[in-house]
Amino acid sequence: MTDYNFAYLDEQTKRMIRRAILKGLAIPGYQVPFASREMPMPYGWGTGGIQVSAAVLTPEDRFKVIDQGADDTTNAVSIRTFFERTAGVKTTTATAEATVIQTRHRIPEAPLTEGQILVYQVPIPEPLRFLEPRESETRKMHSLEEYGLMHVKLYEDISRHGHIATSYAYPVKVEGRYVMDPSPIPKFDNPKLGDMAAIQLFGAGREQRIYALPPYTQVVSLDFEDHPFDPSRADHPCGLCGAEDSYLDEVIVDDAGGRMFVCSDTDYCSARQAAGHTGKDAA
Amino acid sequence: MPQSQTLSGGFADPARQSAHAFRSVMEAMARPGSLHDITGAEPPASLSVATGAVLLTLCDTDTPVHLAGDADCATVRDWIAFHTGAPFCGPADCMFALGTWQALAPLSAFPTGTAQYPDRSATMIVEVPQLSASGATLTGPGIKDNASLSLPETRAFRDNHALFPLGLDFIFTSGSRLAALPRSTEVR
Amino acid sequence: MYVAVKGGERAIENAHAWLAEERRGDPGVAELDVAQIRQQLGLAVNRVMAEGSLYDPDLAALAIKQARGDLIEAIFLIRAYRTTLPRFGASTPVDTGAMACDRRISATFKDLPGGQILGPTFDYTHRLLDFKLAAEGEVPDAPKRDADLADVPHVTGFLNREGLIEEAPQDDTPPPDLTREPLEMPADRALRLQALARADEGFTLGLAYSTQRGYARNHAFVGELRIGSVPVEMEIPELGFAVEIGEITLTECETVNQFKGSKTEPPQFTRGYGLVFGQTERKAISMALVDRALRWEELGEDDQGAPAQDAEFVLYHADNIQATGFLEHIKLPHYVDFQSELELVRKLRREAGAHQVQEAAE
Repeated sequence: MTDYNFAYLDEQTKRMIRRAILKGLAIPGYQVPFASREMPMPYGWGTGGIQVSAAVLTPEDRFKVIDQGADDTTNAVSIRTFFERTAGVKTTTATAEATVIQTRHRIPEAPLTEGQILVYQVPIPEPLRFLEPRESETRKMHSLEEYGLMHVKLYEDISRHGHIATSYAYPVKVEGRYVMDPSPIPKFDNPKLGDMAAIQLFGAGREQRIYALPPYTQVVSLDFEDHPFDPSRADHPCGLCGAEDSYLDEVIVDDAGGRMFVCSDTDYCSARQAAGHTGKDAA
Repeated sequence: MPQSQTLSGGFADPARQSAHAFRSVMEAMARPGSLHDITGAEPPASLSVATGAVLLTLCDTDTPVHLAGDADCATVRDWIAFHTGAPFCGPADCMFALGTWQALAPLSAFPTGTAQYPDRSATMIVEVPQLSASGATLTGPGIKDNASLSLPETRAFRDNHALFPLGLDFIFTSGSRLAALPRSTEVR
Repeated sequence: MYVAVKGGERAIENAHAWLAEERRGDPGVAELDVAQIRQQLGLAVNRVMAEGSLYDPDLAALAIKQARGDLIEAIFLIRAYRTTLPRFGASTPVDTGAMACDRRISATFKDLPGGQILGPTFDYTHRLLDFKLAAEGEVPDAPKRDADLADVPHVTGFLNREGLIEEAPQDDTPPPDLTREPLEMPADRALRLQALARADEGFTLGLAYSTQRGYARNHAFVGELRIGSVPVEMEIPELGFAVEIGEITLTECETVNQFKGSKTEPPQFTRGYGLVFGQTERKAISMALVDRALRWEELGEDDQGAPAQDAEFVLYHADNIQATGFLEHIKLPHYVDFQSELELVRKLRREAGAHQVQEAAE
């Protein structure tokens, strides 16, 4: 693929994306419109994240791609291969070694550090979209800080179910100003969003939006005094590494209803196993 | 200005050099007050190397640029026009403004964005005599506890921060060094 | 013992190999070449060029071959290629009044200057499968006559002279560019037309049809439909004048719509407009109807709440590349979000169960 520019995108497109990233960092949680380009993979498959990664990668970076926390899911493999070919960057599965991590639906378990960049793939960047389908209206609501509708929705959940019935893409408020969609990460990951040492960039290709969280930004999951935010997870240890602090995938192991729970973050799990930790289902 | 000076001083390897330069600018904007080295550009002598690299990395035919004071001279215009194609404009219509702190005053002339599109605001590239991690105290997003930066003054930045989410964003350059101060930063 | 599934990379490679084999089909059957597709599946090529927003019949034909005839997939290939092309400049507006027409019909006047030209149309064919085509494709030459070189004037121009149709004054404001700037609401007509020109044919057809059935009915007549080639010219700054850089085939549809007048406008006919690459008349007519429906606000009409009147609804959902990508992305793993839903539903059910037990006990 040598006919294409470094990291695929032409320089003018990268400049446009880079300018949007800078404004995103200057206004944490605000969705910056950008002229997303058609990429050689479908909209909805990470084109926003891919464009952001293409705009930030340098040839010296170490790039990691995860989907559902795993490095070896097919779409993660596909995106990693794309950048190996078009940017010639070195890739890794080790979270600690990576300088740029593109993710879909998870934040790695291991705390990220300064010098790292986490790029999220975002399907619907607008946290108010399912309450108000019109962009012209939601943009007005953000400008007026009119977030009552969101609180009403969450409170209706409580009155109906006794709980807030949002378990992923759980809305957050950034620095007391913008309500932001953290992408469809499980709410278990929400507490990692705030005060993170790494830079967090969010790219929504089809919806043409980029937003950002600088390091050490205050990010609060929306809740109520009598119903505080609860980042729950399945109440099991990982079957392979025994971790009790990680987010778990549920795997069906037979047709008699047998199931086990394993870390969704494959790097975290294998590093723990390599360090000698074992779970009850490990060989 | 001799033509050779206009034509030279751009990035020899634009894709890679602008990727590195952008990372410096991004780190600076993400961590207000942090100092970064940025190289690769050789603009006319009246501009710093850092300013040259920022222009090459962020400006093109889509970004109107305002040149303030001494920066508004044929040498600088020709260099920017040749290497970026950016059109020149008055302060009210610019996406980027370039000059010394004195030359850029008054800041009220520059766009600070709109309530629905606060991103449609100017980014100010300010040439300063020196840049160090001392002076005004900075707090806010991107800063762990607090940071220090040698700002030309504090009042203007406090006023700018009070406009949040509207406001201007600043990139300070000196030699090959740069630092940034977005509107989100509180200055004391 | 449980071993986590690995090997995504090999699975992908194998899938690609299998796909290539399926695309080729039985090697005992002659392979299609790109020229055959371009020549013999011309309407498919036209649709791919129109919705791919790139006028290049050879590349469109290649895309159709590569996509195994899946036109949305072919359009996607063209779009992805198009976005990598450098942009040298913009042409001057093409003059459809100077079109060399292969087809030109008006449903509003029986005869008119320039005449009615039926052209190569399916319109009056009887839709009977032609089994002869299965055996041999050779056809006798169609009758020919010399082309009429005079310009063919636009039908709406005749109405305009009487003041019976709304004015459409020339506007030299450069239109926004949907492919370089994010879509922003409210969208002006130039932007709406641009989006509709590359919109999915089926979606546009469905919306247009809905207006005919009463969802913001706008009583459209095909004032004129014309298909033919026009020269494309570009201003060369160094030369100081425009030079012809090529020729493209376009389909243009102007509808004449009944309009009883509103608070702001006197009774007169109004316009809907469609302009699409290639011979693509179903799309051009649909576009004109939807364009007219979207103009309700500027004409002072009532908002009937019809889908075709809702610019945000139409423009955000008309692009088949955006739509197909997002629709199909639900095939990707969602273990993580599903797991969190699973936990939530279990918890809610547990609590509901406990509640019932408690109530039964009371």
